[in-house]
Amino acid sequence: MENNNKKAWLYLLPAILFLGVFLVYPLIDVLIYSFEEGYNFASQTFFDVGTYNFSYVLHDPYFLQALKNTFILVFITVPLSTGIALLISLGLSSINKVKELYQTIYFLPYVTNTLAVGMVFMILFKQTAYSDGFANMILGWFGAGPVDFIDGPYWAKMFVLCFYTIWVVMPFKVLILTSALASVDETYYNAAKIDGTSKTRMFTKITLPMISPTVFYLVITGFIGAFKAYSDAVALFGTDLNSKEMNTIVGYIYDMLYGDSGGYPSYASAAAIILFVIVLTITCINLLVSKKHVHY
Amino acid sequence: MKVVLQNLTKKFPNRNKKEKKDVIAVNDFTFEIPDGKLIGLLGPSGCGKSTLLNLLSGLLSPTEGKIYFGEEDVTDIAPENRGVGLVFQNYALYPHLTVKQNITFPLENLKGKDKLTKQQREEKALEVAKLVQIDELMERKPNELSGGQQQRVAIARALVKMPRILLLDEPLSNLDARLRLQTREEIRRIQKSTGITTIFVTHDQDEAMSISDLIVVMKDGVLQQIGKPQEVYDNPVNLFVAKFLGTPPINVFDGKIKDQKLYIGDEAVLDTEGLENAEVYVAVRPEGFILSEEGKLTCDLSRVEVMGRDISVVSTHPECHNESIRSIISSENSVNVSSATVKFDLKSGKIFLFKKESEERIYYGK
Repeated sequence: MENNNKKAWLYLLPAILFLGVFLVYPLIDVLIYSFEEGYNFASQTFFDVGTYNFSYVLHDPYFLQALKNTFILVFITVPLSTGIALLISLGLSSINKVKELYQTIYFLPYVTNTLAVGMVFMILFKQTAYSDGFANMILGWFGAGPVDFIDGPYWAKMFVLCFYTIWVVMPFKVLILTSALASVDETYYNAAKIDGTSKTRMFTKITLPMISPTVFYLVITGFIGAFKAYSDAVALFGTDLNSKEMNTIVGYIYDMLYGDSGGYPSYASAAAIILFVIVLTITCINLLVSKKHVHY
Repeated sequence: MKVVLQNLTKKFPNRNKKEKKDVIAVNDFTFEIPDGKLIGLLGPSGCGKSTLLNLLSGLLSPTEGKIYFGEEDVTDIAPENRGVGLVFQNYALYPHLTVKQNITFPLENLKGKDKLTKQQREEKALEVAKLVQIDELMERKPNELSGGQQQRVAIARALVKMPRILLLDEPLSNLDARLRLQTREEIRRIQKSTGITTIFVTHDQDEAMSISDLIVVMKDGVLQQIGKPQEVYDNPVNLFVAKFLGTPPINVFDGKIKDQKLYIGDEAVLDTEGLENAEVYVAVRPEGFILSEEGKLTCDLSRVEVMGRDISVVSTHPECHNESIRSIISSENSVNVSSATVKFDLKSGKIFLFKKESEERIYYGK
């Protein structure tokens, strides 16, 4: 037994070593930074240990803006993208012909570079001196005035960001959900059909419970992914996100480290820890909820 | 409810694109299933039994022909309106629902004047649960049940809405040998007590023979024979049916009819008055052998297996298609084990002759 234990640790060593060096150590380091007040990069010194970093970050209007943006982004895009993905996958699994073609088309955004897609979105939505952009052209057809989606009002910019995020995360969700739907045994539907079950009841009572583990997986990873959003905002609005009121928490952390107003690893660490706590809380809530509603 | 099939045919397009010919899973079936009976659909794998069952349930629609339940033409009626209960081979119990929820599921679909209150539904569920003896497992999930219990839940779910016809697709194939024996008795009992016309599919002739009122033997989508199990066993219409029914299997020899006598090898084993000279297949049931010193059929003795009540004599014969001839005789007879050969007389009622080309039965004697 003793011997076996030693052996087990030996086998685990490579994984533990890498996880320790690249995951656990940085995490602890960030935690330490976040409590070191007035840390100086160059001299590697600090004045005091305390919670000032947190209080600074939590009172920083830029951080509060980023917090608000992130929360809006998360709570709009995650349910919407999962819902739409479910609809698309249901549609995909109900057609037989050219199914592969459609699946490929829906998967394309996943393999396309984020920044390149951001460019495309900018062209679609941006107002320039020469054109109002594609989106405004369509709005014009319905008699709605041109809106500057990239430099205009807050809600317009937020709309573009959400739209973009949903579009980017969709392919992965569609892929996962289509395979989940395909894995539901056909005989359940046959059994239900014989018993005269309506289409909607079949969906709510059979399909949905059967794929519930997958749906919750997508919701949880979706929440985590959306909380960590940053590159999407950059792709659309450029790097100066604070002035555009479009920053996210991760964007704020980056700015605190390397941005024009940067050089404050302590503030960045504090913000990172706050983000960590938020994500942890949300994930725990998700898991608790899923225990109630996910079968198997 | 009696079931009538009229020229029922189901063709599937051939997957192999080079072959244009359709696959005919059910070929021109016309027969009647009387009310309140237990019917076994019997045949080797891939013979179209399950297709026939799906046609009856309405999950598949026939290429040609008609299906009647009683006097009603149900050919174009959707599965949910046919009033059939179907038990699937893998049971298809909803894994996320409890036994009770599974059983009440079909009742919750009822609409309009048939709509039941929750209490009525639960009463009905409990009623059938008692019938199949699972009333103590109502709060469990399917994965907490044994195979036999799951089977009962599936039957209960099919029965709860009082179907006109109960269909069972290979109901016993997922059970182990002991449970299979038990469950088939159970199916018989449930069918008897409900009186619902029940059709079940099986490839196991033993199963079909033991509990069915009527068996339907199929091969390659073609109906071979319908009848009471014993009738079909005693009077197979062709070599396939003869070979398919019975354990141990029937012994098939090459033989010929010459001068009103049946020859196996050089030995004349039977008088066959009125038959023309021809090459034939001779099939002898294991119980058709009589041990006799002056027996007309001489076989090379391999071994003797004593099984209490009976003895099974295993021997070989050059003209026999089976690897060895298995004959079952009463244990009152004694076999000289050290002897190299064994001699048999044949019981005329247990010998069947079949034409060489068509494998159809040749009738002789009375």
